[in-house]
Amino acid sequence: MSPANSWNRKDLISIESLSRDELELIFATASAFKKTMQRSQKKLRSLQGKTVVNLFFEPSTRTRMAFDVAATRLSADVVTITSSGSSMAKGESLRDTVRNIEALKADILIIRHSAAGSPLYISRLISIPVINAGDGAHEHPTQALLDCLTLNERWESFEGKKVTILGDILFSRVARSNIWALTKMGAHVTLAGPATLVPDQFAELGVDVVHDLRRALTDADAVMLLRIQHERQTSTHFPSLGEYTSMFGLNWERASLLKPGALIMHPGPINRGVEIDSKLADSGRSVILEQVTNGIAVRMAVLFLCSGAASRLAGVKGPRGPRRSAHSG
Amino acid sequence: MMSSCIQISGGRVVDPANGRDEVGELCAVDGVVSESLNEQQKESASKLDATGLVVAPGLVDIHVHFREPGQTHKETIATGSRAAAAGGFTTVVGMPNTTPPADNVSTVQHIKDIIERDALVKVYPTGTITLGQEGQHLAPIGSLQRAGVVAITDDGFCVQNNEIMRRAVEYANMFDLVVMDHCQDMDMTEGAVINEGHWSLRLGLRGWPSAAEEIVVSRNVILSNLTGGRIHLQHITSGNAVDIIRRAKSRGVRVSAEVTPHHLHLTDQCLSSYNTNFKMNPPLRSESDRQMLIEGLLDGTIDCIGTDHAPHSDYEKDQEFDRAPNGVTGLETALAVCLEVLYQNGRCTLNEVIAWLTCKAAETLRLKAGRLSPGDPADITVFDPDEPWVVEADQFQSRSANSPWIGETLKGKVKCTLVDGKVVWGCLPSLNG
Repeated sequence: MSPANSWNRKDLISIESLSRDELELIFATASAFKKTMQRSQKKLRSLQGKTVVNLFFEPSTRTRMAFDVAATRLSADVVTITSSGSSMAKGESLRDTVRNIEALKADILIIRHSAAGSPLYISRLISIPVINAGDGAHEHPTQALLDCLTLNERWESFEGKKVTILGDILFSRVARSNIWALTKMGAHVTLAGPATLVPDQFAELGVDVVHDLRRALTDADAVMLLRIQHERQTSTHFPSLGEYTSMFGLNWERASLLKPGALIMHPGPINRGVEIDSKLADSGRSVILEQVTNGIAVRMAVLFLCSGAASRLAGVKGPRGPRRSAHSG
Repeated sequence: MMSSCIQISGGRVVDPANGRDEVGELCAVDGVVSESLNEQQKESASKLDATGLVVAPGLVDIHVHFREPGQTHKETIATGSRAAAAGGFTTVVGMPNTTPPADNVSTVQHIKDIIERDALVKVYPTGTITLGQEGQHLAPIGSLQRAGVVAITDDGFCVQNNEIMRRAVEYANMFDLVVMDHCQDMDMTEGAVINEGHWSLRLGLRGWPSAAEEIVVSRNVILSNLTGGRIHLQHITSGNAVDIIRRAKSRGVRVSAEVTPHHLHLTDQCLSSYNTNFKMNPPLRSESDRQMLIEGLLDGTIDCIGTDHAPHSDYEKDQEFDRAPNGVTGLETALAVCLEVLYQNGRCTLNEVIAWLTCKAAETLRLKAGRLSPGDPADITVFDPDEPWVVEADQFQSRSANSPWIGETLKGKVKCTLVDGKVVWGCLPSLNG
């Protein structure tokens, strides 16, 4: 049985629901797609004739473009809808919006929404694949997948590795998806940041919670920084951006606590000089732009796998993928 | 003229207010409970057979939302009171958050007119504490009482200003009017849609800390103590709040409290798939809170059960979790759910469950209801405590079906509901030849 056939999900809603085998299958598929990106002719025909809808109710640069590029590389037609440009602005419900998109014969729906649980909700309303591109503070599965792919490319194994996630965990969907992905892969996860944004109860998810930055960074193999959203929900959660930087910002001195060769990661957008020193973000330890590039490969893999599962569920022949080496990933 | 008589026999008559629990007869003449019937009355009586069933006072719910006027797509006094009758409730107290809200005499009079015209059971209105439930200016509390409200409350919009709340309680106490309060610190719960805890973290939903309830419960204990006025604490959900109320009551502070069937039965774990039929305010709490609520009922800290029956139409609930309105229906499932949580598993006697749903609920607002002494209105509920039934969305009498128990099998079925001696729901076998 080829690995693609062991993927039976038409939707990608959360990392929490995936097994380690499924994560590894995505990494392997993404790595195979990544190789195709070095060709001069980058286009594959896997999703030829399919329409992929990008339904984005929140602003996005990276995620939206990466999905767009990924779908285009697979030869799909891409339609992008944003909340202000849709009839949701006229009061149409999400239910009616997605049912109409399905009636317009879209083949895959990618959704970003500010309300947690929305992708799960719509996956029950329509039968085409639903891909979660970020739902409120719940999950951002493809971000965690590209983060872990980046680590997977450098590490033999996640076992015994210490990964510290630093910043606004409470309101972060990236943190939640990474907590699930990293712990499933066998890494040891430490959450760090102000107590107001990193409640101790997160420990119930199988991670360490620390508020002492020195402890959080010492001997870490990778640190993932999260953007501080002081302009939005966190106004009562800490005094000021200046205080945040002085207490929790990653600078050169603090970065020296990390293991030699440790990676500095950030899902973007970066607030330079707030959660990370500007030069550090551009330094050799930072893999921030590599994460972005991996975002294309991961999203190609997800679109390919979910589309294939949907075809198999519908009893039609699935899409053709890239040629894979025996030991990819 | 011949009087109208009924005689219900063969059932287990449970009347907690009068300490009665025996297989026997219950009689009524002209809509009023009677000790017995004379020969002539017996002759003419409608004789009903309740063998194997429980005959109890009609249930009393001091917390329902019937949405009329203004939101009649969710519920009306006609459909809500039919749901009440189907659930065994003969007396209900409607919250004032209608459109417009019951913050003035003419709206209260309008509501009373609709009740007079449409209600199948006894429906009593409440008035607001403040104008528009905005927490800024006191409503005309004395005039509202004169117009017929049985309590005042800004339910759902807890009065945040302590000075206004203090004056409301002080003023209402002059008329011996109970102030009911939905205890919620609004600053601490802005945007919150679920209990703050494991599940809010896991689901990425904004958490509603139980401390936000405890703070206002404490505030109300302090204000009741200061003014001597009575404050009824609505739908308590926090275990720590139960503790605060327990200590206040032991010092003689005049507070009372209610708990809903859903908070007694369900926890925030039920939200794991974002089902909006489990979304309400205050939210479902943790298992330890749930256990402390049950203990609070058992030891008398919590006085009674109220459903907070809050109907919403399907298209309103069928939305993103954050956008869906708060509230669940409860009138038609309350008895069975309470029997399941409290009685079927041996936590308490049948007598106690019925007391929390009848006389003890009535006592909090001093309503003349929930007991079957001679001379009382013959408001009666007959039910089978053991009969299983499946909750189905299309079987509700309520106009809405936003129930968290859809698809569940519950035990305990209402067979017949009588108001003033007249059958308003169901039927019993007749023994008349």
